[in-house]
Order: sequence, then C-alpha cells, then structure tokens
Amino acid sequence: MPSRNPMGSIFGKSPLPALQQHMRVVLDCARDVPVLLRAMANGEADAALEARNRIFRTEAEADLIKNEIRSALPKSLFMPVDRRDVLDVLEMQDCIANTAQDIAGLVVVRRMEVPGFMRDSLLALAQRCVESCELCARIIEELDELLETGFRGREAQQVEDMVGELNLLEDDTDELGAALSRILFQHEDQLNPVTVIKWYQVIEWIGDLADFAEKTGDRLRLLIAR
Amino acid sequence: MEIIAEHGLLFIILAGAFGLFMCWGIGANDVANAMGTSVGSRAITIKQALVIAAIFEFAGAVLAGGDVTDTIRKGIVDQQFTAANPEILVLGMLAALLASAIWVLAATSRGWPVSTTHCIVGAVIGFALVGVGADAVQWGNVSEIAASWVISPGLGGAISFLLMVSIRKLILDTEKPFESAKRWGPAYVFLVGFFISLVTLFKGLEEIHLDLSVRMSFVWALVIGVALSILGWSMIRRVTVDEAADKTFHFASVERVFVPLMIFTACAMAFAHGSNDVANGIGPLAAVLEIVHAGGKVSESAPLPLWILGLGGVGIVAGLATYGHHVIKTIGTNITELTPSRGYCATLGAAVTVVLASRTGLPVSTTHIAVGAVIGVGLARGVGAIDLRVIGGIVMSWIVTLPAGGLLAALIFFGLKSIFT
Repeated sequence: MPSRNPMGSIFGKSPLPALQQHMRVVLDCARDVPVLLRAMANGEADAALEARNRIFRTEAEADLIKNEIRSALPKSLFMPVDRRDVLDVLEMQDCIANTAQDIAGLVVVRRMEVPGFMRDSLLALAQRCVESCELCARIIEELDELLETGFRGREAQQVEDMVGELNLLEDDTDELGAALSRILFQHEDQLNPVTVIKWYQVIEWIGDLADFAEKTGDRLRLLIAR
Repeated sequence: MEIIAEHGLLFIILAGAFGLFMCWGIGANDVANAMGTSVGSRAITIKQALVIAAIFEFAGAVLAGGDVTDTIRKGIVDQQFTAANPEILVLGMLAALLASAIWVLAATSRGWPVSTTHCIVGAVIGFALVGVGADAVQWGNVSEIAASWVISPGLGGAISFLLMVSIRKLILDTEKPFESAKRWGPAYVFLVGFFISLVTLFKGLEEIHLDLSVRMSFVWALVIGVALSILGWSMIRRVTVDEAADKTFHFASVERVFVPLMIFTACAMAFAHGSNDVANGIGPLAAVLEIVHAGGKVSESAPLPLWILGLGGVGIVAGLATYGHHVIKTIGTNITELTPSRGYCATLGAAVTVVLASRTGLPVSTTHIAVGAVIGVGLARGVGAIDLRVIGGIVMSWIVTLPAGGLLAALIFFGLKSIFT
C-alpha cells in the first residue's frame, strides 16, 4: 500500500546525490594517477601495480554508479534540472575515470620507466591535473546548495566563478603539458621510437584528466542555466 | 413515513456506525498524507505528529467542518424531491456511507490512491440517480465541486510556489542566510496564523455561535497571527548555528530555523484536513439524523448539531491512533527529499487551500492538494525529483472512484430498500 500512496510515491529519487557520489569515486581514481607515476619514476614496481589495480577498481565502481544513475532516471521524473544535462555531466565525470584507467593500463603494460629528464615535469603535470579534478569535485559538491537556492542568485554565481577558476587551471595544465612535450622532443633520440610515441600519448592523456574536469564544469554550467 | 417511525433508532445507529467507520478510515489512511510532508522533512517526530493531528484534526472538524458537512448532506441531493418519501434519503445516505467505506477499504488494501471525498460524492450522486432521479441531483453544485477538484491542487501549488520564491529572495539568496532566516522566521509564522485564522473566522463560525463582521475577522486574524509569531519568535531565537553540518551543506543551519515553523504548518494542515474530510463521514450521518428527528419531515434549515462534528473528530483520532501512525511512518520515511523550508511551503500552501475550500463548503481532496503543493515547490526548482506518475494515478483514481462509488451505492441502496420496504 505505501508505495502507491500519492504522498509516499511523489518524491522520486534525485540523481544529484548519486552524481556527487560518482564524482567522489572518480576523484579517488584520478588521485592515484600521480601516485602511479611516482612509483614508476622511483622504480617501485609493486607500488605501481597496486596503484594501477586501485585505479581499475575505482573505475569499475564509477561505472556501476553511472549505470545505476542512468537506469534510475525515468522520463516521468520532473527535476529542477534537465535530464539530458544530468546525463552529460555524468558522462564527462566518467571520462575522467576512463582516462585514468587508460593511463594506468598503458604505463603498467609497457613498463614505462620515467626517464630522469622528464620526471619532475611529468609529476608536476599530473599533480596539476588532479588539482583540476579536485576543483571539479568541489564544484559538484555545491549541487546541494544550488538545489536549495533554486540554481539562482549568489550560489549560482559562486559556482560560475568556480567554473571560471577551473578553466584557468586547465589552461595552466595545457602549458605544463606543452612544456613537457618540448622536453620530450629534445630528448627523443635517447629513447626507443615507440616509447617516445607512447610518452606523447601519456602526456596527452594526463592533460585529458584536466580537460574532462573542465568539460564537467562547463556541462554543469549548462545544467544551471536551463 | 412508517418506516422511519418504526426503524428510526436502527437507522441512527447504522448511520452512526457507518459514519464512524468512514471517519476511522480517514484517520487511518488520509491523515498520513496531510502529515507526511511534516514528518518527512524531519521537522517533527511521528509522536509529535500524532499529538498534533489528534488535537487539530478534532479542532478543525468541530470549528470549521460544518460547511462541507452541509454540502454533503443537502447540497448534492435536492431534498424537495424526497420530501414525499424521506425514507429514500435515509436509505440512500446509509447506502452512500456503506458504499464509500467498502470502496475505500478495498482500494487502500490494494494500494490504489483513492480519495474518500470523491468516493462519498460519487456515492451520494449514485444513489440519487437511481433512487430519486437525475433531476434530484443539484448539478450546479456538483459541477462546482468537480471544478474545485481541478482548481484546488493548482491553487495549493501556486501558493507554495510563491512562498518558495519569497524564501529564496528574503533568506537563501542573501549575504547571511542564517541571520535572514531568524529575522524573517516570525513573519512566516505570522502568515500561518493569519491566513488560517482569517479563512476560518471569516464572517464568524455558525457552529459555535460566533458572529464576526468582516473587519472583526481581520482583527482577530491579526491578533492570532501576531500571538503565534511571538511564540514562533521565542522558539526561533533558540536555534543556533551548527558549524559542523554547515561544512557539508552550507544551508544546514538555515534549515534548522524552519523546523519550528514546520510545527505551526503541521498544526494548520491537521486543522485543515479535519475541517474538510470529517464531512465525508459525518455529512450523511447528519442527514439521516435530521430526518429521523423531524419524524420524517425534511427541514432545510435544521442546524448541524455540534456533537456530530465531535463524533467525526473522535473517529478520525481513533483511526489515527489504531492504524494511521503506521502509514505516517511509512510515508515519512519515503519522503527524504524534502527540507524543512520546502516542507513549510508545501504544507502551508496546501493547508490554506483546504481551509478555504472548507469554508466555501467544497469537499476537496486534501491529498491531491498536498500533491499539487509539492509540485508547486518543484516548479520553483525546489525538489530534487518528483515522480509525475503520481498524477496519472490520481487521474485514474478519479475516473474509477466516482462511478465505482456511485454504482456500489446504487446496489446497496436497492438492497436496503428491499429489506426495509
């Protein structure tokens, strides 16, 4: 009886808390990327493998949450935000975890030891990209406050500002990535050509972490602006 | 005529029993919908809700339940048509009561969201159609009632929407939301006291022989509103900032200010529900009683005895105490999306609308109005997710309940008629 009672069943399950939960898992996943790279740089194979396994585990967990959110979003749900926008934000968040998984997979499979000349720049880039993800996660945590204020006013402005900050941070990671590529270019002949190509790819993927964090923020902007 | 003289007491006992049973059913199922938003937003506990419901349902029934009761007992069937054989009206009202009670019981046990209001109105129309004839139904009044079923949820929603927007402007979207909440809190308590008492007292209360001019109604409403807001102020004053909770949710402390406000709206809602829904059980009983007392004569002007309203109030409270608390608990735990500020808006919007309908003599569905009010808050982008399938269920219950109640009442009417004549 209670399930069919109008007052008992009018409140659907809001996707916003689940979206936040997903982002927390994604952030955990991204945070292990610098841990992995540092282990590779220090030649700690066991620690690297552990980090890689954690990344794979959290990525799978994020996928589970993603699927749950998708299946629990019937069209009959009337929400303060557009259903499509929620799914878009979710998709972008998930891309962060997928990218982390790609990096971890490639680096461990190819046993890519970090050459000394790019060690510091690589770790700095990864760290900066994780900072972008952290800021993105903080923005997602503001969804409760946004809902409380009806996605308008000061709170919405504050989130807009945070998204602006995220864009700047992403620009910063672009520059770090470009600088790192230049360093790699200068030392290309010291490495096996395939390894060089794969390092360019890893650098790009690390930058993608910040890229997808930025895109998550941009999609959130659309979600607010409905 | 002889039938009434012969079986008068039996009719009264039957009507009393059926009426009490209906009120019990209303208390057991319906009250939960009225109190759900308050319990769900964690503003009051289930125990508090029960105490509030018991007191204010009773008060609402006795103080403001008369107009709707009058509508049910003489607003749907034109009694001129039954003047020649009043026993038809007696049997018909008994049939309507029994039919509604059976239908509501059957429907709720299967989980269908039916409204007792729709059921009793459908049942009274049903018996009138087969027992007296289509001319006896006061179609003008009936269409007014039907229109109110569509309009009232919309009105509840509109009021809630406006309340939500004002809270955003005055409290949430300010430099210091917590201070703003404390400053405006008493004003929002005032709104509860002022509107509910204004609508209730407007032009006086016949049942308790209270005559008031329009101006005096306003004065009394103002006095009650101010008195309540002082009480509310003393409660709000004690609310403190919870810094730990504010870290995870910046408006946690602001919401704490709305908790005392919800106590007032919960009272208002219980009052409103009592004032409207008691009539569903008591209206037909009043009609039977009146005819039997008059020795078979139908007198349009007989005033409604206060004790009948009291009886209805007792029935509702009994239903609440024996079974309703389970339903309140389940509904309360289902509603986790509602913060106290939203609960305040939804409950007050619904309560004002229901009391307005009560004083206009329109039997409305409290549940549907509460649903409308929640949707109003949702339209202000205030609720995480609203499952619109509920609206489909409500429309279905409309389409099914009206003819079902009518048909059942007609059948029972023929059964009773063959027994007593």
